[in-house]
Amino acid sequence: MPPVTRLGTFHLDRGGQIFLALLALTTLLVPVLNLAVPADSSLHVSTFTVTLLGKYLTYALLAVAVDLVWGYLGILSLGHAAFFALGGYAMGMYLMRQIGDRGVYGNPELPDFMVFLNWSELPWFWHGFDMFWFAALMVVLAPGLLAFVFGWLAFRSRVTGVYLSIITQALTYALMLAFFRNEMGFGGNNGLTDFKDLLGFDLQSDATRIGLFVASALALAGGYLACRAIVTSKLGRVAVAIRDAESRTRFIGYRVEHVKLWIFTFSAVLAGIAGALYVPQVGIINPGEFSPLNSIEILIWVAIGGRATLYGAVLGAILVNYGKTYLTGVMPDAWLFVLGGLFVLVTLLLPQGLAGLFRRKETTA
Amino acid sequence: MKTLDNLRAAMRRDQVWDFMVPRQALELDMSHGTILYLEDISVTFDGFRAINHLNLYIDAGELRCIIGPNGAGKTTMMDIITGKTRPDTGTAWFGQTIDLLRLSEPEIASVGIGRKFQKPTVFEQHAVLENLELAMAADKRVWPTLLARLTPEQRERIDEVLETIGLQDQRDQRAGALSHGQKQWLEIGMLLMQNPYLLLVDEPVAGMTHQEMDRTAELLRSLAGKHSVVVVEHDMDFVRSIADKVTVLHQGSVLAEGSMDEVRNDPRVIEVYLGGGP
Repeated sequence: MPPVTRLGTFHLDRGGQIFLALLALTTLLVPVLNLAVPADSSLHVSTFTVTLLGKYLTYALLAVAVDLVWGYLGILSLGHAAFFALGGYAMGMYLMRQIGDRGVYGNPELPDFMVFLNWSELPWFWHGFDMFWFAALMVVLAPGLLAFVFGWLAFRSRVTGVYLSIITQALTYALMLAFFRNEMGFGGNNGLTDFKDLLGFDLQSDATRIGLFVASALALAGGYLACRAIVTSKLGRVAVAIRDAESRTRFIGYRVEHVKLWIFTFSAVLAGIAGALYVPQVGIINPGEFSPLNSIEILIWVAIGGRATLYGAVLGAILVNYGKTYLTGVMPDAWLFVLGGLFVLVTLLLPQGLAGLFRRKETTA
Repeated sequence: MKTLDNLRAAMRRDQVWDFMVPRQALELDMSHGTILYLEDISVTFDGFRAINHLNLYIDAGELRCIIGPNGAGKTTMMDIITGKTRPDTGTAWFGQTIDLLRLSEPEIASVGIGRKFQKPTVFEQHAVLENLELAMAADKRVWPTLLARLTPEQRERIDEVLETIGLQDQRDQRAGALSHGQKQWLEIGMLLMQNPYLLLVDEPVAGMTHQEMDRTAELLRSLAGKHSVVVVEHDMDFVRSIADKVTVLHQGSVLAEGSMDEVRNDPRVIEVYLGGGP
């Protein structure tokens, strides 16, 4: 199909259509197979699996966010785990406040770790997190603001390429060290855990797990469509132009730093939302999520799936994480070697990732 | 004491503060028939004087060729006009009202100065059509770009430029797959999409075949009149075939100016080009 007819209009590519169809199918089938099919049937999907799938979906959303800035804008961010973790912490703080007096120490006001540290009152930044709307706002605002301020400083000074990657990595590393400190008031090393319920629903119940799974699927679909809308717009073409010839784009009259700033911030918000959905499903958030290694792992998902396709990022995130779950169960020691090997193989043999394989087939057919 | 002086200066009642001065008008005024004024411009890079008290005036609608040996300051001059390099001294005005030295690169592009680089840089991953769409004069802020839809007039404009540069048949082709000459034309087309008043063209025929050169000459001549065109070029045959007026740069300042024949017979020019004794 020539691009003429499509200039400036939203459309889904083949891979995107297949991905959304599969996602819709899964979202409809999994709840039925979990709730309606009896547990002894071979078709039954266990709640454990549902939660695992939900977790993969939040990873997929994170990968889509990274693909938007890396694949289309050329920003190799080694700090997206920070935005993911910040969104997660915002949600975790709400969940902590929801525990109320059911904690080990039974303090109705203070989370357990604060009682343990002999704190007498709630730090100022914990106020408001007893209300869901406020926490939801923070899920978006905390990573969004950080990305905005960071991006404003970095892009305005025209920091690009590997230097930008390094400072994004420094950012997430600094945050990790800060969150490890007990004095920060985010639970230190242990992070936030022992959650009880979300909006009044018991987090351990099957129905809540299904609800979170469906919410993750909807967030992924929404995030994917929003990113797709951006990359098929004129702004998306400007982004690719910046990726390929930045100074040329500036000469044509685009404010390159503004384009980068807004897309980067949007991507960080998506990562934050992914983190917020991740935390209630895995039941814990700790500073380990800020680890630079996590950010690098996200890049591997995207590279394996295929950059600048969006659906490739989803594919990569789900396949790699499924592999991780499977292999760390069967041969825990082998996983890192397999991951490294996969990355090397994909870089050498499939520079466009698995999506590239699919695309090649499509064009020859 | 210095603080006090500063404070006094800031409080002077006969002046307004800098930030309250209305932003200069970005409307081009060519009422005196001159589009570009460069006066007494000097630039030094690490002690090397790339531009030395340069004075240059370009008339509205004229086609001017600039020649000169390597290191004469041709590209640096382009850099100053487009805001990439800031001169140490001197003034650069676009028309009567626009002070180029106060504008950023994108602002200069948006007031109507377009530049074609020496090396053709088109967006290789985009189709020819998309290259033109991106270059099109439009509101280029983030939101308007996100929501932009092509209007029928814009589509017409793109078709018009495609015809001017002769790439109708390649409109859906990836720009990276074009030949060298076609890339140069596409880049000129991208300049045209910005509706510039002044076109700066850096070595347009380097590496072109003779046929491609002829077509480029035709193209540039057809642009003069509607736009002012400044061409920097080494190829003398090409310059002779297009220029009304030629300016020779040497060691950062103007050595001679006039028609091709006048310039060629100028003894100073002959000395610079053919080399003479000290």
